[in-house]
Amino acid sequence: MASYPLEVNHLTVAYQKKPVLNSVSFQIPSGKLIGVLGPNGAGKSTLLKAVLGLIPKVEGEVSIFGRPYREMRKSVGYVPQRESVDWDFPTNALDVVMMGRYGHLGWFRRPGSKEREIALECLSKVGMADYAGRQISQLSGGQQQRVFLARALAQNANLYFMDEPFAGVDATTEKAIIQLLHELKEQGKTVLVVHHDLSTVQEYFDHVLLLNGELIAAGPTKEIFTPDHLQKTYGGRIAMLQDFAAVPVGKV
Amino acid sequence: MGSLLLGLGSGVIGSFTFLRKQSLLGDALAHAALPGICIAFMLTGVKSIGLFMLGAIVSGMLATFGIHAITRYSRIKQDAALGIVLSVFFGIGVVMMTKIQHSGNGNQSGLDKYMFGQAASMMLSDVYLVGIVSLILIAVCTLLFKEFKLVSFDPGFARGMGIKVGLFEQLLLLMTVIAVVVGIQAVGVVLVAALLITPAVAARYWTYALGVMIVLAGVFGALSGVTGTLISGTLSNLPTGPVTVLAATSLFLVSVVFAPGRGLASKLLRRIRQRNEVRRGFETVVMDGERAVISNRAHAAERSGD
Repeated sequence: MASYPLEVNHLTVAYQKKPVLNSVSFQIPSGKLIGVLGPNGAGKSTLLKAVLGLIPKVEGEVSIFGRPYREMRKSVGYVPQRESVDWDFPTNALDVVMMGRYGHLGWFRRPGSKEREIALECLSKVGMADYAGRQISQLSGGQQQRVFLARALAQNANLYFMDEPFAGVDATTEKAIIQLLHELKEQGKTVLVVHHDLSTVQEYFDHVLLLNGELIAAGPTKEIFTPDHLQKTYGGRIAMLQDFAAVPVGKV
Repeated sequence: MGSLLLGLGSGVIGSFTFLRKQSLLGDALAHAALPGICIAFMLTGVKSIGLFMLGAIVSGMLATFGIHAITRYSRIKQDAALGIVLSVFFGIGVVMMTKIQHSGNGNQSGLDKYMFGQAASMMLSDVYLVGIVSLILIAVCTLLFKEFKLVSFDPGFARGMGIKVGLFEQLLLLMTVIAVVVGIQAVGVVLVAALLITPAVAARYWTYALGVMIVLAGVFGALSGVTGTLISGTLSNLPTGPVTVLAATSLFLVSVVFAPGRGLASKLLRRIRQRNEVRRGFETVVMDGERAVISNRAHAAERSGD
């Protein structure tokens, strides 16, 4: 199949007339881990949401495996930001993971023992099998994040979008997430991750997408993650930026 | 009987309203229903629950659109929008109600019962209507439990999955309007929101599972409906609404104090137990400390003895 897992053409998104994303175009190669980087307010989450059709786009086209998103929903998995839901909702971890199967169930149909099994399996993949019956309000932040990941796994998609899965999690969870990402990659799946920690970019991602209202650069981490590009993305605000880049440059 | 089904239905719907943090919406809808009822009466001149329901639903929907429009096209947040719409609609309703009462239409007597509710004034056909509507509400909730649950918990995820979140939200809203409108006859415009929310809040204290919570909320609602109707109908000529709401509130208070896990009593017990444990631990540390001091002294004595 020649088509890209994700292709975006001239995507423009605006909140209340103020454009957040301006004519962004890129293609994502198959079977890679891709980091989406950029300063706060650069439109990283907005990009994800627009691609998923959660917010209306002003202009532009998005195709998933060469087809419009509407037809390809079942092959897309999504991990929203942890803060986006109310964790005091009366339900347990297993239940949340089972929600990942709802898209595969039709109207009116209740999740059965098969869904239960899948959900349990996904929970154990993120090391949370012991917490299946636990109230979601009693999970730690990292555990909640892992439950969200397990739910995305339960979707059994080919292309995943993750909105800051590493935000505010401890080392154990971070390691578990990374391991999971590599597993997904080995299965030939493509994962797009909104990321903030520049120091781990080179270690985690094959490709990067640098964003600041518009696309600054996109491509293999080695070529794109350079001081020059980072300067353009973040402005001159962080002097240390240069330390993160692959190519050492004289002027610091 | 009507009150029982009514309480059941509103308890179930109320659970979703409460979990979606739209508790006040029920209140706004109820108040907004008043002008609808009045207009229905002014146009037809007859008191029929079916017609009133229609009027109330129309004006309830209008109020919802108003709230939506305000939050979407201005900087006003939802709480303020609710306040504005609620009071405007209720104001219009009261003006109309007063006008009707002074119109000299003999048929109007009893219309003021809609303010605080009078279950006793329901006729058998009304009871059937209310009962059937409540049963339909419950049936829809049971069938679409999975969808409503996901949409209430994580609408963003649901939309990404291709579930028509807007559709389900509208449906839930419509069902809330219907539950409110049906409840008005028994509990009245002013207090119907309590019948929607209080059982749900009380039920939340007893359980961690959504399914159980909804069933419990239904039971609590039904219980308060029946108690309220019985007390107001037999003991005195009290309006049903306030009595029902008081019944629901006492259920809520019992839940707050005695519910296992989340209740105040169990929290207090847990705290006392924990404090005792910590204290015991602390004492052993202190004792160890003393022993350490003693052994130090012993050492010192030995050393000085050398």
